[in-house]
Amino acid sequence: MRDYIVRRLLILVPVMIGVSLLTFSLFNIIPGDACVLRLGFGSTPETLKACREAHGLNRPLFPVSVNSDLPVIHVQGDSQYGGWLWDIVAHQDLGQSLAEGGAKVSTELERRLPITLELMIMTVIFALVLGILPGMLSAIRPNTPIDWIARVLSVLWLSIPSFYLAILMITFGLLWFGWTPPQFGRGYVPFMDDPWVNLQQFVFPALVLSVGIAAVIMRLTRSAMLEVLRNDYIRTAWSKGLRERTVVWRHALKNALIPVVTLVGLQIGALIGGAVIIESVYNLNGVGKYTLEAIIRRDLFVVQSLTLMFALVYVSCNLFVDIAYAWLDPRIHYN
Amino acid sequence: MAREVALRLEIEEERPEPRKRWKRLLSTARKHPLGVFGMGCVSLLFFCGIFADLIVPYDPEATLRETQTYGTLVNAIKPNETRLTIANAQLEGGTNFDIDGERMTVLPLPAPKVSATGTIINVQRASSQSAHEAGATLELDTAIANTKPSWSHPFGTDHNAKDVLSRVIFGARISLLIGLTAIITGVTAGAFFGVISGYFGKIIDTIIQRCVDILLAFPAVVLLLAIITVVGDEDSSVRRFLANNTPLPKGEFIGIPTFLDVFIVALVIGLAVAVFTTRVVRGAVLSIKENVYVDAARAMGASDARIMMRHIFPNVAALVVILGSVLLPVAILAEAAISFLGVGVPLGTPSWGADLSDEKSRQLMLEGYWWPVFFPGLALSLVVLGFNMVGDAFRDLSDPRLRGSGLGGGGGGGGAGRGPI
Repeated sequence: MRDYIVRRLLILVPVMIGVSLLTFSLFNIIPGDACVLRLGFGSTPETLKACREAHGLNRPLFPVSVNSDLPVIHVQGDSQYGGWLWDIVAHQDLGQSLAEGGAKVSTELERRLPITLELMIMTVIFALVLGILPGMLSAIRPNTPIDWIARVLSVLWLSIPSFYLAILMITFGLLWFGWTPPQFGRGYVPFMDDPWVNLQQFVFPALVLSVGIAAVIMRLTRSAMLEVLRNDYIRTAWSKGLRERTVVWRHALKNALIPVVTLVGLQIGALIGGAVIIESVYNLNGVGKYTLEAIIRRDLFVVQSLTLMFALVYVSCNLFVDIAYAWLDPRIHYN
Repeated sequence: MAREVALRLEIEEERPEPRKRWKRLLSTARKHPLGVFGMGCVSLLFFCGIFADLIVPYDPEATLRETQTYGTLVNAIKPNETRLTIANAQLEGGTNFDIDGERMTVLPLPAPKVSATGTIINVQRASSQSAHEAGATLELDTAIANTKPSWSHPFGTDHNAKDVLSRVIFGARISLLIGLTAIITGVTAGAFFGVISGYFGKIIDTIIQRCVDILLAFPAVVLLLAIITVVGDEDSSVRRFLANNTPLPKGEFIGIPTFLDVFIVALVIGLAVAVFTTRVVRGAVLSIKENVYVDAARAMGASDARIMMRHIFPNVAALVVILGSVLLPVAILAEAAISFLGVGVPLGTPSWGADLSDEKSRQLMLEGYWWPVFFPGLALSLVVLGFNMVGDAFRDLSDPRLRGSGLGGGGGGGGAGRGPI
């Protein structure tokens, strides 16, 4: 097990280097560098030069370059890519925005991360409740009205795009009940300051985001549960006269939940993508909205650092899921 | 004995084969009403997408205008007169109207005066040579913006005075175009790299799989957003290459005004599809190449290319087709999501996602004009719902263990129509 974790961590290093290379070169093949984008057409050669010097864009792109003259491979000590990575690894410095004021990415993250984390945690809680309970009910009462309702619900939830659901909820909430979430016109209120307003701000975005994940969880719970209920030890539990509640909760559900746990971990990608969408619809100033704004503004330094962070979180979650799987299910061995 | 055989033969003659098949199909359909509903949605998508320009009631890009009778002239006006009194009308400065075919424009200053008989307004006349009698009607030429759903506009019109139904039908064409382009390019490329990677193994496999690892390390939405920002840029090299070196039309094509942008979005989604397909196909190829017939072919002196084409690929073809059909709704949803975020197809293109993201429409929706946003979103949801229901029904039919249990799919069955969004 320890060997497996170490090996996975070792594979992670080249993958992350590849990810950083891809992100960096992706945003440097746009014609015109960051300064041209920032200053626009009104720039003179002098201001451009000053801007490039200020942001270090006059350095070579990569630490290694290949030329036709000898020696073929040149090594530059100071390069943009090298500097970017070194700042992240050694100083935890993610660079700063190109926009006026030039906010540091790390300060922005500090401010916005709690919002995104709260959204994600609430989403996962909702998804678990909305997914596991109906999934379990429809598995222990197959082909009854409960089962049919759960199945139709799950396919409906699976199909409705989160942004459409969000728009509908905002619109008809306002038109029919005259209610809008309190973040419109009022910034984020931390949970510690006013828990009630804070929950009002997050309950609907989290609900909207959780619906799709809940549908996937519901389907998986149902099929895993049906599978487990066919096992011999369930029959043994029934025949020794245990109550239904004990059989279902203690014997069946516990085992059926193993794949569900890993599924939740694997949904982190959908969760990050969903946060980008839902935060911009619900006007939550989280990391997702920050990313989208930076992409639309072409704020290259911010986008490349954020993309790298997302990839890192995503990859580590996947690794964590694999490890958790082995830990939960003692039958699985990694060699 | 002989009579029994004869009897059975007779019975079999009475039941011709085709009718039996029909009956079986019907009874299957009756057992899976949701699957039939889904099939209906999917067929509607294909029908609308293919025949969009034949069935749209209006041009989705055109601003709809109508002439409206708007009040009457109270007193007769002579040539060169620019002051007139009209009944029952409130007209803003700059409005155009016609009296007996003569074009007039309301002057903003001095402001219209309301009197007992009507409103006195100052106008500029196109030709000052004609006189008009009292009682002549004013014909107003107005844009039909923000009208409620009605018989002539079943889904209403949006704030640009465009017919929402026509836009939704053309949205089906864009969704279908993007979905199919992304799936065909993505699945083909994915199958190609997957077969090569799995068949050759060693260094080629390592290189391809590390690349896949890197691309899979990004959350799908973030990857799509980043690549489309770069590739969709007005003077990106990819766009210039496609515009100059391929027969792709630069301007309008099959009724889509920004065809090149739409195509680039499709290619980027195709890349994401290809990455996923490569991984899955490689896994299948790894087990297929262990078969004895592959060794036999090699012993007979077949080349690698021939083995891959004739022995490996036909065995993954079914898998590739299934992957394509499962990923089609995912690709359609991905396009809608990134267009919704304002990064995909240009605003104003009749794509469902772009119509959902229209700032002005969303603002008006909060004031009660819900139809320009509601219907494109409904169409998108129904299409994805349709694909999911068809997928469920097929999974039910193909897996005898789960027959009758409704949802199936064992382990990863849940995620069919979902994917990145």
